[in-house]
Amino acid sequence: MSIIARNIKKTFGTYTALSGVDLNVPDGKLVALLGPSGSGKTTLLRIIAGLEFPDEGSGRIEFHGEDVTNVAAGKRGVGFVFQHYALFRHMTVAENVAFGLTVRKRKDRPSKSEIADRVNKLLKLVQLEALGKRYPTQLSGGQRQRIALARALAVEPKVLLLDEPFGALDAKVRKELRRWLRQFQDEIGITTVFVTHDQEEALEIADEVIVMNNAKIEQVGTPQAVYDHPATPFVYSFLGNVNRLQLPWRGFSSGDAPVPYTDETNKIAFVRPHELEVLRHRAGLDGEVASVRSIHSAGSIARITVLRGASEYIDVELSRQQLDELDLAEGDSILLRVRRSRLFSEDYEI
Amino acid sequence: MATTVTHLKAQLGDDAPVSRATRDAPWVRWSLTAVALLFLAGFLLLPLAAVFTEALRKGLGVYFCALIDADALAAIRLTLLAAAISVPANVVFGVAAAWAITKFHFRGKNVLITLIDLPFAVSPVISGLIYVLVFGLQGWMGQYMNAEHPWLPWFQQWLVGQDFKIIFAVPGIVLATTFVTFPFVARELIPLMQAQGSDEEYAAVTLGASGWQIFRRVTLPNIKWGLFYGVILCNARAMGEFGAVSVVSGHIRGETNTIPLHVEILYNEYNFTAAFAMASLLALLAIFTLVLKSVIEWRYALSHKS
Repeated sequence: MSIIARNIKKTFGTYTALSGVDLNVPDGKLVALLGPSGSGKTTLLRIIAGLEFPDEGSGRIEFHGEDVTNVAAGKRGVGFVFQHYALFRHMTVAENVAFGLTVRKRKDRPSKSEIADRVNKLLKLVQLEALGKRYPTQLSGGQRQRIALARALAVEPKVLLLDEPFGALDAKVRKELRRWLRQFQDEIGITTVFVTHDQEEALEIADEVIVMNNAKIEQVGTPQAVYDHPATPFVYSFLGNVNRLQLPWRGFSSGDAPVPYTDETNKIAFVRPHELEVLRHRAGLDGEVASVRSIHSAGSIARITVLRGASEYIDVELSRQQLDELDLAEGDSILLRVRRSRLFSEDYEI
Repeated sequence: MATTVTHLKAQLGDDAPVSRATRDAPWVRWSLTAVALLFLAGFLLLPLAAVFTEALRKGLGVYFCALIDADALAAIRLTLLAAAISVPANVVFGVAAAWAITKFHFRGKNVLITLIDLPFAVSPVISGLIYVLVFGLQGWMGQYMNAEHPWLPWFQQWLVGQDFKIIFAVPGIVLATTFVTFPFVARELIPLMQAQGSDEEYAAVTLGASGWQIFRRVTLPNIKWGLFYGVILCNARAMGEFGAVSVVSGHIRGETNTIPLHVEILYNEYNFTAAFAMASLLALLAIFTLVLKSVIEWRYALSHKS
């Protein structure tokens, strides 16, 4: 079931949450809505779900070509998982999962034993079949998350929407659960949209990433595409660390004869920390001179901060091996070369 | 905190005193406790004991005779009737108001919250007087019933034909009681429902539940202890209300006297035993309310721990 949103506008009083957003989620894909808080991503998700409505006269939501803009949330066939799970606190896990079935009108409602069967299947699907009799407060965060997912799936939704699904979990559980979600989505193949502010999460599991900022969509693409070819300075800096280098710069591109940039002085070069090459300062080599300020080598890669000129701090990432070979100490003078970069004009606001 | 204390004790040896900074000197603790207990005894226990001693001074027989006196029974009946109407009315109003305030955004929400508090802010005597001015024979309703060319003549005739009275009659007492007690349920529910948020209701919406199903199966179970608590406080006040009811009642024995008004009349007639016997009913109601309140708080804490 594909999801299409066209020209969605949403304002809360004088605050603009969405200013004319278009979105296209292909059938069966796992799509991430990625952006900082306040970028409008959760509002967009809630509008898709039917929990909020676009401003009067704007926007249209289609599920598989069918206009659902004015269809109530309960009739859209969406499964929604809330950031803080929103499990019914006075019901057991099994009652939570069964809720969507037991509120159906009598003629559409499955029999008690069918409901019990379905609940068991779903609990097995989320690997929590032993916990049916527990109450939500007796579960861990990761377990609650999966119960919320099972509850959403019980009504056999056509699309699955997840609002910051891993936001309230600790780092380790978060990693496990997001891999599990990816596998899970591959198995059942339901069109899924999830909201996150964590770029690592989005890049790791999504088929497609939609980067949002300031009530607008900045870029849409596969994780590889948005990471390697950011369309705007915002996307560049949101998807990982980035250095903004003042031009002119002597050593652009690596190799024996680096090309200097001298003519584009009204622009800024965006360079990721691992796209810089560090050389020991030697006569006859070309590159930008900088001095080492700090070295952090605790971790799988080493991070060094260097100072260029009077006040331009630049972060560089090296492998531990490279760092050992360079044998750097704080205060050493080095040469920097840029392997890859993108130029944006200076007045571009992030 | 507990772990730090144990930790400290382990370091200092078992008989080392726990940090002075976190404990007051014994004389401070004892004198504070003594002041609190004396206050409690002087202002609560002593009057309570006095009510029952006075009521039972002439023996159990006289006590029960005072209670089954025809006028006393009428007062009890009227008090129960007023509570039986005003408490359910305020449950409906309180739940509806709390639901509207906590689950929806709308203009004038703060005005509504302030208005709910009005009966707490206004002296009950004033609210009683307002009812007299509006519904009394000299008030707007009286003018309407005596008007020669009224608006909706059939309604006027019906009212006159029924000899319909609000002031100095049962409807006035019910109205005044309802007005004075209407903040209790809403005030109890609003903070509770605000703290719980609306996520569970939204979840129920996406699962296809109707408004009524959401209320009955999600909201109501979540607020039931708070609601119950509001109801018993509301009930206690409804049965004990004096000021507003006193203004609209007219003090007609056996007809428009509630228990508190009946106590006053008996007392003014120097019929102390009977007055205290009736007062003991209200005292018992108070004790019962406190016990129920503690049980609810205990159950509430329990339901949140599990």
